[in-house]
Amino acid sequence: MASKKESTFINMVLTLFIVTAVAATTLGYIYELTKGPIEAAKRKKTLKAIANVTPAFDNIPSDEIYMLAIENDDSLVCYPSRKDGKLVGTAISTYTDAGFTERFYIMVGFAPDGTIINTAILSHKETPGLGDKMEKKKGNWSNQVNGKNPAKYKLKVKKDGGDVDGITAATFTSRGFVDAIDLAYKAYMKGGKHE
Amino acid sequence: MSKLKIFTKGFLKENPVFVLLLGMCPVLGVTTSAENGLGMGLATTFVLLMSNIVVSLIKSFIPDKVRIPSYIVIIASFVTIVELTMQAFLPELFDSLGIFIPLIVVNCVILGRAEAFASKNSVLDSILDGLGMGLGFALALTILGALREILGSGAIFGINVYSGDGALVFVLAPGAFIVLGYLIALSNKLNKKLYNK
Repeated sequence: MASKKESTFINMVLTLFIVTAVAATTLGYIYELTKGPIEAAKRKKTLKAIANVTPAFDNIPSDEIYMLAIENDDSLVCYPSRKDGKLVGTAISTYTDAGFTERFYIMVGFAPDGTIINTAILSHKETPGLGDKMEKKKGNWSNQVNGKNPAKYKLKVKKDGGDVDGITAATFTSRGFVDAIDLAYKAYMKGGKHE
Repeated sequence: MSKLKIFTKGFLKENPVFVLLLGMCPVLGVTTSAENGLGMGLATTFVLLMSNIVVSLIKSFIPDKVRIPSYIVIIASFVTIVELTMQAFLPELFDSLGIFIPLIVVNCVILGRAEAFASKNSVLDSILDGLGMGLGFALALTILGALREILGSGAIFGINVYSGDGALVFVLAPGAFIVLGYLIALSNKLNKKLYNK
């Protein structure tokens, strides 16, 4: 086995420089290589979420997006879905800070009268095995709000006096989930396009 | 040490999780289900294998005093490569594992093998060591994840085994410690029997 290089100042500086330069170049190259596919994967996820939460449409909802202002100067992105030019549903990308961990994002589809069509989780960091039961692939808990109109359906978990069954042992996640829908519903009824 | 022994020692005799007790952070954190354990284990195996190869290749060019920073840069680069590639081509897997991937950088199994093995041995031996240790790590994580999933959610690899909610504690952090403790005891017993230590 070859003997190690001596730890002289020049040797150390040179080695670290070469190691970091090679690493940086490689990573830059990989970043360029994966940038396109990552963007495509994200766009595909959004489009899939829109298709999941609104009825069949024939327009391109992401070309007709508009913003809905909400409190604290923030706004929500809305994707209107049309069939033969008629509005069939609006997918709204909404979020909540009321969850168990940090802010999480969901997509909610509303019929023009404000009835919830369906929901899809965009991203979250809730506890695996507990809070993630709100994901469609982990259970059908989230389906209970489908087809409900928040005008006659209290968007709060039962513990807080509402109509929504919470997830066992994940009340915070359940609260966050309905809070996000509530935020989107209020914004949509206030300023959304209904036709 | 024979080539076969270098490869197989990671599974039981020097299992990184049950015997060396290295890399406990991802071990306790991600093993809420068998699938997460397996995914994390395989991602770690890949990084471990690649970093072992590179460290072994350049070992004679690295002055002793800067070897640790050099190894860390190499490991972090591979982790980033895994993260970007997974995000681009396996978005489904990335959704469930994404937040754990950066944890691989601070996994001491990888730095430990670079320092204790790859920096002193040939490339071929380092490949065998990386594969063996990585797969041993993946095996341990999968077993731990499977047990916690069965006890905690009544399922394995997402397929329901029995109905009901299971014992919640096993999905949460304390369950990880409890199950890991029993598994370490079991592997100690097995090791004593097999190797007469």
